Amino acid sequence: MAVNLKQLTQNEDLLAGGHRACAGCTGANILRQIMLTAGKDTVMGGATGCMEVITTIFPYTAWKTSFIHSAFENCAATISGVETAFRSLKKHGELPVPREKMNFIAFGGDGGTYDIGLQSLSGAMERGHNMLYVCYDNEAYMNTGIQRSSATPLGAHTSTAPAGSVKQGKEQNRKDLTKILVAHNIPYVAQTTPYHWKDLATKVEKALAADGPAFLNILMPCTVGWHFDPAIGMELAKEAVENNFWPLFEVENGVYTINHKPKDPAPVAEWMKKQGRFKHLFKPGNEHLLAESQAWVDREWEKLLKLEAMTAK
Amino acid sequence: MEQKLVALSGNEAVAYAFKQARPHVAAAFPITPQTEMMHKYAEFVANGESTTEMILVESEHSAMSAAIGSAAAGARTFTATSSAGFALMWEVVYIAASLRLPICMAMVNRALSGNINIHCDHSDSMGGRDAGWIHLFSENAQESYDNGIMAWRIAEHMDVRLPVMVNYDGFIISHTADALYMLPDDAAWKFIGKYNPAYTLLNPEKPITVGPLDLTDYYFEHKTSQLAAYEKAPAIIQQVSDEFADLTGRRYGFAEEYKLDDADMVMVLLGSSAGTCKDVIDEYREKGVKVGLLKLRTFRPFPAAYLAKVLAGRKAVCILDRSASFGGQGGPLYTETRSAMYGLQVPVHGYIYGLGGRDFDLKQAASVIENLKKVAAGGEIADINLLGVRL
Repeated sequence: MAVNLKQLTQNEDLLAGGHRACAGCTGANILRQIMLTAGKDTVMGGATGCMEVITTIFPYTAWKTSFIHSAFENCAATISGVETAFRSLKKHGELPVPREKMNFIAFGGDGGTYDIGLQSLSGAMERGHNMLYVCYDNEAYMNTGIQRSSATPLGAHTSTAPAGSVKQGKEQNRKDLTKILVAHNIPYVAQTTPYHWKDLATKVEKALAADGPAFLNILMPCTVGWHFDPAIGMELAKEAVENNFWPLFEVENGVYTINHKPKDPAPVAEWMKKQGRFKHLFKPGNEHLLAESQAWVDREWEKLLKLEAMTAK
Repeated sequence: MEQKLVALSGNEAVAYAFKQARPHVAAAFPITPQTEMMHKYAEFVANGESTTEMILVESEHSAMSAAIGSAAAGARTFTATSSAGFALMWEVVYIAASLRLPICMAMVNRALSGNINIHCDHSDSMGGRDAGWIHLFSENAQESYDNGIMAWRIAEHMDVRLPVMVNYDGFIISHTADALYMLPDDAAWKFIGKYNPAYTLLNPEKPITVGPLDLTDYYFEHKTSQLAAYEKAPAIIQQVSDEFADLTGRRYGFAEEYKLDDADMVMVLLGSSAGTCKDVIDEYREKGVKVGLLKLRTFRPFPAAYLAKVLAGRKAVCILDRSASFGGQGGPLYTETRSAMYGLQVPVHGYIYGLGGRDFDLKQAASVIENLKKVAAGGEIADINLLGVRL
């Protein structure tokens, strides 16, 4: 199951150009990469959010495969219905075009996944549907105007947890959704970024080949919400891996593998400094918040190393 | 048509009706008093009597969402709920109708919280009366079963393509053993027939986008096409009901007219209370009082023109609502019926009764008829009255 770049470039681009993503959006890039691997026999489902809004507006659609959106919190449940319909129609010999297998992919942002859609996601994963859920995690509710979510990191400025004269942005660390999904004991769970194309394509391939539900959490640098030059989104994705803020790892049937271990991780503050959402943390008096952010990254990384060692075959 | 006389609860009757439609997918979450319906269905599947794939979701919101996904994929799909479960689905109830997905739902009517109450009233389905579904009401297990058979034909008709809810009163119908005639499986299947979806997500050679962003330039037109489907629905409901009558001998329309031909006074209501009213009407008829009952079957689409025709020329009409409309002008059935009667010059008044499962008894029905007599004789009564409540 080796990913072949030449092959990928020859695959049909199933997300048409002309969609309405912002300049420098890494989310649309994530969708294109997923589709290059998934191919035509795929049904995509989108939760309400940026990627749903930018890919459809009646009478236009950027989707060259079938796509369904129904609401914000229910994408996993909706796709679980599509997947069940497929199994039932197949069993009854009533598929419109006979297929042994099709891919069912639900996607949502962090708001639609970490927060409002968590119950629907948990239910669908527990029920064992043959589906992949992809969270494009840009660490806030970008579509509605950059409100904080439970994926927003400590200290980040958002419109509902802004930096002001008394408060310094979000007061909590983000929750660890990926490990919540690991706790569902599903066959495949992984984290990746759009910069790591080979890692991403491999993980999509493994997720779609899994016998049962799979989950991918993909960091999505957002030029609007993170406040950075639209040209450097991919670099920020790369750096988030190199400083251990967003480790590349996968969990196959409970066994952790860290796909990349940075030799000399850079301080997370260097990465934060390139993003306007953390600007206030570099003012005198906020050094402790930077230190806390670093300590959190270090602690989570240590935990991940231990999990890898603990679950090694 | 040879039919089998059986004793079943309303929940069991609807489970059988839905099974006979051979649905591909069912998605549901437990809530009293709907539970027994899904238990029965799960037994069918466990025993191999049905090949439906069941999605046993973690909430009613997900039940309706999964039903939407399944129906959009071209599968015949149902769900079932009551009360708070319907309230939790509310957002996606609208979406199911807006996407024109012919999902069928058993709606076992139960009071909404709070305070929490598990017994019958119609506040649950009435909360979703503008969501775009067809609402069929039933008086007993037989009508629940019959509506459960006809629902598929109505929902899936190409002129309609709207979801249908089969309403039947919680506990009073759902949990009471009742005698009813059931169609043999093959006859029911012949009547309902195979579902031919207009669109499916599952054809990679003909991909479709469902549920796109729809703004100021098209949303209104899409709502207009939904309204047009409602315009066409009454004729289809009647056509399906007539075919059903040919098959079973049981005739349905928008309403049942009970001793209405020569009635000076008319009671209008929905659901199981009709039985109580019929008994009391019989008593009054023996005394020569010309009173009749109009038991509405289709609350949505609301048969306004039909009601205006049937209620014209009466001396007094009253409308009984098993739900309140807080701050409104009486219950939903009252406001809609009174509006349909605009210009008829027929005195009309309303009642709120039976909230939270409060018994509707013979005495209450008799008091309603006494009031009708008073109004018919030129007396006055308040627009909205409460029945069976301690004041």
